[in-house]
Amino acid sequence: MRKDQPLIFELSKPDRIGYSLPALDVPELNIEKVIPADYIRTEEPELPEVSELDIMRHYTALSKRNHGVDSGFYPLGSCTMKYNPKINENVARLPGFAHIHPLQPEETVQGALELMYDLQEHLKEITGMDAVTLQPAAGAHGEWTGLMMIRAYHEANGDYKRTKVIVPDSAHGTNPASATVAGFETITVKSTESGLVDLEDLKRVVGPDTAALMLTNPNTLGLFEENILEMAQIVHEAGGKLYYDGANLNAVLSKARPGDMGFDVVHLNLHKTFTGPHGGGGPGSGPVGVKEDLIPFLPKPVVSKGENGYYLDYDRPQAIGRVKPFYGNFGINVRAYTYIRSMGPDGLKAVTEYAVLNANYMMRRLAEYYDLPYDRHCKHEFVLSGKRQKKLGVRTLDIAKRLLDFGYHPPTIYFPLIVEECMMIEPTETESKETLDAFIDAMIQIAKEAEENPEIVQEAPHTTVVKRLDETTAARKPILRYQKR
Amino acid sequence: MLHRYLPMTEEDKQEMLKVIGVDSIDELFSDIPESVRFNRDYHIKKAKSEPELMKELTALAAKNADIKRYTSFLGAGVYDHYIPIIVDHVISRSEFYTAYTPYQPEISQGELQAIFEFQTMICELTGMDVANSSMYDGGTALAEAALLSTAHTKKKKVLLSKAVHPEYRDVVKTYAKGPGLEVIELPIQNGVTDLEALQAEMDDQVACVIVQYPNFFGQIEPLKDIELIAHAGKSMFVVASNPLALGILTPPGKFGADIVVGDAQVFGIPTQFGGPHCGYFAVKSALMRKIPGRLVGQTTDEEGRRGFVLTLQAREQHIRRDKATSNICSNQALNALAASVAMTALGKKGVKEMATMNIQKAHYAKAQLVEHGFDVPFTGPFFNEFVVRLDQPVKEVNKRLLEKGIIGGYDVGHDYPELENHMLIAVTELRTKEEIDTLVKELGDIHA
Repeated sequence: MRKDQPLIFELSKPDRIGYSLPALDVPELNIEKVIPADYIRTEEPELPEVSELDIMRHYTALSKRNHGVDSGFYPLGSCTMKYNPKINENVARLPGFAHIHPLQPEETVQGALELMYDLQEHLKEITGMDAVTLQPAAGAHGEWTGLMMIRAYHEANGDYKRTKVIVPDSAHGTNPASATVAGFETITVKSTESGLVDLEDLKRVVGPDTAALMLTNPNTLGLFEENILEMAQIVHEAGGKLYYDGANLNAVLSKARPGDMGFDVVHLNLHKTFTGPHGGGGPGSGPVGVKEDLIPFLPKPVVSKGENGYYLDYDRPQAIGRVKPFYGNFGINVRAYTYIRSMGPDGLKAVTEYAVLNANYMMRRLAEYYDLPYDRHCKHEFVLSGKRQKKLGVRTLDIAKRLLDFGYHPPTIYFPLIVEECMMIEPTETESKETLDAFIDAMIQIAKEAEENPEIVQEAPHTTVVKRLDETTAARKPILRYQKR
Repeated sequence: MLHRYLPMTEEDKQEMLKVIGVDSIDELFSDIPESVRFNRDYHIKKAKSEPELMKELTALAAKNADIKRYTSFLGAGVYDHYIPIIVDHVISRSEFYTAYTPYQPEISQGELQAIFEFQTMICELTGMDVANSSMYDGGTALAEAALLSTAHTKKKKVLLSKAVHPEYRDVVKTYAKGPGLEVIELPIQNGVTDLEALQAEMDDQVACVIVQYPNFFGQIEPLKDIELIAHAGKSMFVVASNPLALGILTPPGKFGADIVVGDAQVFGIPTQFGGPHCGYFAVKSALMRKIPGRLVGQTTDEEGRRGFVLTLQAREQHIRRDKATSNICSNQALNALAASVAMTALGKKGVKEMATMNIQKAHYAKAQLVEHGFDVPFTGPFFNEFVVRLDQPVKEVNKRLLEKGIIGGYDVGHDYPELENHMLIAVTELRTKEEIDTLVKELGDIHA
């Protein structure tokens, strides 16, 4: 069971090859005649030398040391680890989508532009916004893009004093980081005891220097910000803009739209709600939607529809510029589009209903065994606290590691930061009741173990290919690449 | 409703509602104020069944002229290269593509080890000490390099060669607005960065000098000379580089580059209309603790077994929040995996052979065009791309070529008005002698 998989470099043997290139069919030149000697590599890169079967066995072995949604339940809060439909993969691999060059003449890529345009139209309706750009590569990239547009908007109004972005203390870490990269200072607004933004504190921090308030709704505790319209009013009256972090959109499809809640800018994580696979950490896609008054600032080019078909509009004098080469992560956008078309309006509505039903069901069943800091209906995810278990010497980290022995990916842990020993659970709508029940049973068993036999939890995991890893030494004496001995 | 992605039955639903203590799912949404409730259906297209949707989207894809059906000489940062078939088999293993970021290392050793191997391969090719787990793409990686340089040196001026990819430069300029950096573009001389202009712009406020290698025109920048000027001025030396070219060219690390970035699309990643591709980011060890993005490190478990973890996370947004060196959260893990498999399949010999073949074929094409009377304005050494002057607009020429089943080169005049009617032609190992000869003949016919 516990067996090392050698590094591919350790499997290497000179004179083995894994490729098949055509023979050179043009007269051979002496490279030294066309490239100056200083610019010809003298030391060869130490890349592996292995056969095709060696490669396949190596990566198959690695894949077996990895847990994905297809391997088992993955209730990682805020990440929306739902099933990744297989049709998406087939569509994205169609030659007309996979093998087109971004700089081909527009008339040769009408199908791609049509798909992008139609995806924009669908996302506009889903979010209640007036325009959408597909250019940002991921959620954090979308946040920064949106903030740059807000900045350009204020500056176009001659308003250079709006240097601050307000974020709740429960916000994703990317929010303040994106604000910094966009050149803003971050101000934190507190949450109330009930887990919602503190309106009094918001009134206190908002002012003529407010560029925007960034908000997730439902928030990272899985709670809907009920006072959203009042918050929008406070921020708008002060001249600021409202930014919607779409990480949690799976909770409100067809129930409420950011555009109707007063948001001016929205980013979406197509790899979450819209099933672009997570890919082990990416690639994602982070389109941004805006209201009318921000349209002039969209990054260019903008995919548009004209009399002679679809085209890329570069004539955008007020655009913030380009945020990425070419037009976004098209391959992921194709998958998201395929998903939306597979679900339709009824399907998307059911997605949210089941996602919320599943989360509430799990929350109620687990509330007896773990502390529930916010006792009200949650949306698509909920948080538990491991405070009770901590008193028994079992930390949330231990509970997470013990879940690995049951074949589950644990919830998000220690986030949001405002909940002690936090576990953030997001089941998604694609899981069956049987799966939820089995996970709940495992959680109950762990709670009992914490009382009766805490060592088994504290020393977990027991069944994985490695035990807990020494992260301190990894950071103190970093080994970040293989070195031949 | 019944849907293949939604397993809940009516019976399940009723049992669950009972446990929750509500009568309907609607009650669970009672916290959404009526004033913001969305009370109609989305006005979007109705759902299609799997076969219907597959049929529709196959037809939509077929509207595009793909470069497997047409013969493409288009490059300009995105290339039609040999993708070993094994790549798609590996990345289609769903343990990889349906996983999230490896935050739980005990059940993510496969992904972590694959990234560790990717980091090693990028270090080997670039000649650098440390590489991260990947970035969105070459353009944003370059922008992050500018941000890192300015944060590290505490200076605000960025010298950016105009021979760097125009879209990369646009991205750098957008990113520069946040921290208020001054981006100065350096002119071009004979298709490479003008060294005299670079020397003239150097002062003690310059955070970094950025060039591309090979540059946008395919030309090999004189890194040796540029490094001397950059470092004499106490600025950082940043190189954007095509990693395939580094199979044959001296790596930027050897020339003293401080940061090397680029796009690994050339290794196993389809062009797919410009994304997702795979940015890489490599630095000298002095910058290890400031590099943006995720890093995988080797360590041991409690029983001394080798294992891998995400490390040096104190740099990152989820820990440092507004003090983070970058806001990047995801990476391009699956594409980094594709690149790793391609680099592994090609291996030490294949990378060199493929890079060499690009030089051979591009030089053959250039020689043929010159022989047919075409002017090739830049005379320096080049990799797999070169600029040729036409006697009419590139757009018109490309229209005629398309009729012959050829996707012509890039219209350089689009970004460089002084190079109107100039075409950037890329010739990879996939173009045959016959295809090159046909291009030359067709261009000759149009020319005449």
